Amino acid sequence: MIKVEQLAKRYADVYAVDRISFEVNQGEILGLLGPNGAGKTTTMRILTCYMPATSGTATVAGYDVFRDSISVRRQIGYLPENVPLYPEMRVREYLTFRAKLKKVPSRERKVKIDECIEKCRIKDVQHQIIGTLSKGYRQRVGLADTLVHDPKILILDEPTIGLDPNQIRQVRQLIKELGERHTILLSTHILPEVEMLCGRVIIINKGKIVAMDSPSNLATQLRSGSNIVLEVRGNGEKVKNALSGIKGVKKVVWHDKGEIGNYMIEAEKGVDVREDIFSSIVKNNGVIREMKQTAVTLEEVFHQITTQEQEVTT
Amino acid sequence: MTSTGTIFQREINSYFLSPIAYVVIAVFMVFSGYFFSVMLGLTQETTLRYSLAYTQFILSILTPVITMRLFAEENKTGTIEPLMTAPITDFEVVFGKFLSAWALYNIMIAPTAFYIIFLAWVGHPDYGAIVASYVGLILMGALFVAIGLVVSSVTKNQIIAAVIGIVALLILLVLGLASSGNEGWFYSCLRYIGTYDHWETFTKGLIDTRDVVYYVSFTALLIFIVVRIVESRRWR
Repeated sequence: MIKVEQLAKRYADVYAVDRISFEVNQGEILGLLGPNGAGKTTTMRILTCYMPATSGTATVAGYDVFRDSISVRRQIGYLPENVPLYPEMRVREYLTFRAKLKKVPSRERKVKIDECIEKCRIKDVQHQIIGTLSKGYRQRVGLADTLVHDPKILILDEPTIGLDPNQIRQVRQLIKELGERHTILLSTHILPEVEMLCGRVIIINKGKIVAMDSPSNLATQLRSGSNIVLEVRGNGEKVKNALSGIKGVKKVVWHDKGEIGNYMIEAEKGVDVREDIFSSIVKNNGVIREMKQTAVTLEEVFHQITTQEQEVTT
Repeated sequence: MTSTGTIFQREINSYFLSPIAYVVIAVFMVFSGYFFSVMLGLTQETTLRYSLAYTQFILSILTPVITMRLFAEENKTGTIEPLMTAPITDFEVVFGKFLSAWALYNIMIAPTAFYIIFLAWVGHPDYGAIVASYVGLILMGALFVAIGLVVSSVTKNQIIAAVIGIVALLILLVLGLASSGNEGWFYSCLRYIGTYDHWETFTKGLIDTRDVVYYVSFTALLIFIVVRIVESRRWR
């Protein structure tokens, strides 16, 4: 649905977006992930025809963003960062205004607006003045606006920023529901959000794509061996030696030396040493109180990727 | 062009939802009424000519107050972004905003019709001159609004938009006044650019094509410039 090729945007001497290429397939929720200032908003602004690219091409639903800007805009529902709305208007009045701008035929307008109000759960505030709404409601009014002309593609720029945890949950739930009917491109710097919502992630840093895969694949790709946390009752010295002797174990760290010892075990990549650990501890008359494998979270992946990049460039 | 209508409607509603429209109309009525009564008392002539000459100064100050928010507010709050990513052309947005401010301007000067009724009651005014004056007033309004629109489109700050707009309009006014009585191509150029001379013909009861062309073409040029400015974010 969205195809981006060698897209670049330069401000003075700085490339905000540096020749990136990616595709968003129909029905997919794609997450653009990156630290602040990575070029997420710029990319979205180019795709929504708010500003043109310095070079490269982008097509949305088959239309070129530069040449067929109006057709592109008809296919897109765009939620800008921080959801700018007119504070003096009432919710329903605003949605009617937006529906008219987006050329929703007057016969369908009322039905469409009712649908959006229903979907975004803003029925109880539909006659309120936007300026008096809480951030969570404003966000949902913004989402209702993006849906009002039933676009094929939704582009959401940081849809959950500045919300409280409950509101974040509601908005995420809503996005998830919308993902069933629309192709969604969303940007964020909140990692659990991506893990929860997106089928595919693009990690972008300093205008460049540094990784592109599914969230779980990214995590496994970067797993440099798993870590195992262990709590054992028994002779500490003996246990430690036994653990170090297991094939595939790279490093054993022993802390809390006493009757009950805690160990951190680093294993080699792709080797599961948990069963060997169990049997060797039993052989040494130890009792395992806890054994836990810690998975590498997307957070670590993100940190690793974006800081690696920094080391390269500096 | 239906989008122009949509924008127009929103802007007009927004004027009357905020205090701006009421404040501007009230201030205008206070001053225009004052000038009307003073000039009527001084000249004892049943004409709007003299009071309207002073009214120009008030209009130069109030029109930028009407137009200041049009783009500056959207630039500041960021609502320009959803607006410009809707499937509408830049011209439709600009023209809708222009029409709404021009409409408010006309609503603002409408209560002066009462003075005509008053004049008709106390004497025999020259209706031809009055009609011509209003044609001039409305055309001048279009130009003033267009100037205010240009200023508003280049800034995020409404106060700056208003102040620069006022200064620009006063300069345009003074340009004609200051060079009157002087000869030579330079001064006649200034007189042509300034609004005062064109406006004066209307108050005399003359609708001269040259003056109509001046207002209409100047306004059209400025609207074109605003469209370009709004577009310019695309190549900045």
